[in-house]
Amino acid sequence: MATGKPITLSDGSFDEEINGSAVPILVDFWAEWCGPCKTISPILEDLAQERADSLRIGKLNVDENLETARRYEVMSIPTLILFKDGEPARRIVGSRPKSALLQELEAYL
Amino acid sequence: MARHRKVIILGSGPAGLTAAIYTARADLEPLVLEGEPSSTSDQPGGQLMLTTEVENFPGFPEGILGPELMGSMRSQATRFGATFETVKASRVDFSVRPFRIWVGDPTTEDSTYVADSVIVATGARSLMLGLDSERRLLGHGVSTCATCDGFFFRDRKVVVVGGGDSAVEEALFLSKFASEVIIVHRRKELRASKIMQDRAFRNSKLSFRWDAAVVDVLGEDKVEAVVLKDVNTGELNELAADGLFVAIGHVPNTDLFKGQLTMEESGYLVTGPGSQTNVEGVFACGDVQDHVYRQAITAAGSGCTAAIDTERWLEGQEHRKALSD
Repeated sequence: MATGKPITLSDGSFDEEINGSAVPILVDFWAEWCGPCKTISPILEDLAQERADSLRIGKLNVDENLETARRYEVMSIPTLILFKDGEPARRIVGSRPKSALLQELEAYL
Repeated sequence: MARHRKVIILGSGPAGLTAAIYTARADLEPLVLEGEPSSTSDQPGGQLMLTTEVENFPGFPEGILGPELMGSMRSQATRFGATFETVKASRVDFSVRPFRIWVGDPTTEDSTYVADSVIVATGARSLMLGLDSERRLLGHGVSTCATCDGFFFRDRKVVVVGGGDSAVEEALFLSKFASEVIIVHRRKELRASKIMQDRAFRNSKLSFRWDAAVVDVLGEDKVEAVVLKDVNTGELNELAADGLFVAIGHVPNTDLFKGQLTMEESGYLVTGPGSQTNVEGVFACGDVQDHVYRQAITAAGSGCTAAIDTERWLEGQEHRKALSD
């Protein structure tokens, strides 16, 4: 189950992946043109590896998957939404250092 | 034990990275504390990381993307031996030599680094309006990054606050997506350059609300309207909008240096002769000491000045030391 790598999500696979996840899944809504998305990406890759037992990282390209982005009313990227038991539990808008990100997630892991 | 470096550069915009290229080529093995990830202009690479096309940086006749330009500058500095840490300084002590710089916990006895010389290139960050409603609706229609978020405002109506080049640039960019872009400015005319003004007035999606300030953002879960105040009459009225982008100016990132480096009332560092600050051995370059020109190329130029000043000053120190030995 724990691969230690971010998984790529799409409009088609989103619900299945979110609902079928045994551990919380943090979804990164991102796009190619977004500078701050690039700065948070390596941090998420680290987390996927370091927290492989308690957290999964999902990547959703908003340019290709606008339907899901709209459904969760994402209007700014990067937006990170932590899904627990299939439901959004925490929403984080904007890039930030790893320590700050962990602080906001710790309670849910 | 604090790690020792000959040169530490604080900041990684065009000023910091040019200083890094020059000091690296002078074999000073600079360490760049490049900043921390964020979605504001206060991030590694600086303000250009939130821009798209840079059209006025010499050498790129077709223009170049801001993040791409900064990526290239960083690679160039790395090639000559500059090293990078993706952190911010949390405290500095310029009263002792070598100078002391902390990263992370600022209360520890030992500093993280000591440096023979320091180049301050921490730049400036964009001002927000400072409204509670603005903070509450961040990511729900209020954005700090037009290039990131413009896409979400396709066929929607957005407000851009400000009248300078950055405001007009954002408005023009947003007009590619939005159905309508309204520039709200507290004066009767734009401060933006002639070429930007021409583009703004020619763009059919752009309109203007002069002599007006945004005093509140309305909406429960997302932006629905902004409240405008007429700066002459004080009259309030609502303007329906789905998005709000703020480009009303900048403040220098100098909180860290208060009480140590001489600054103007506005917080900008005072330099001279050259890039020298009031502390010998501490130099400053780029927007942190320039509220007049504020261009990528002037920042890069002053970064070069600071690197040469630093190199000469360090040589002078060596020379003095050799004479006294």
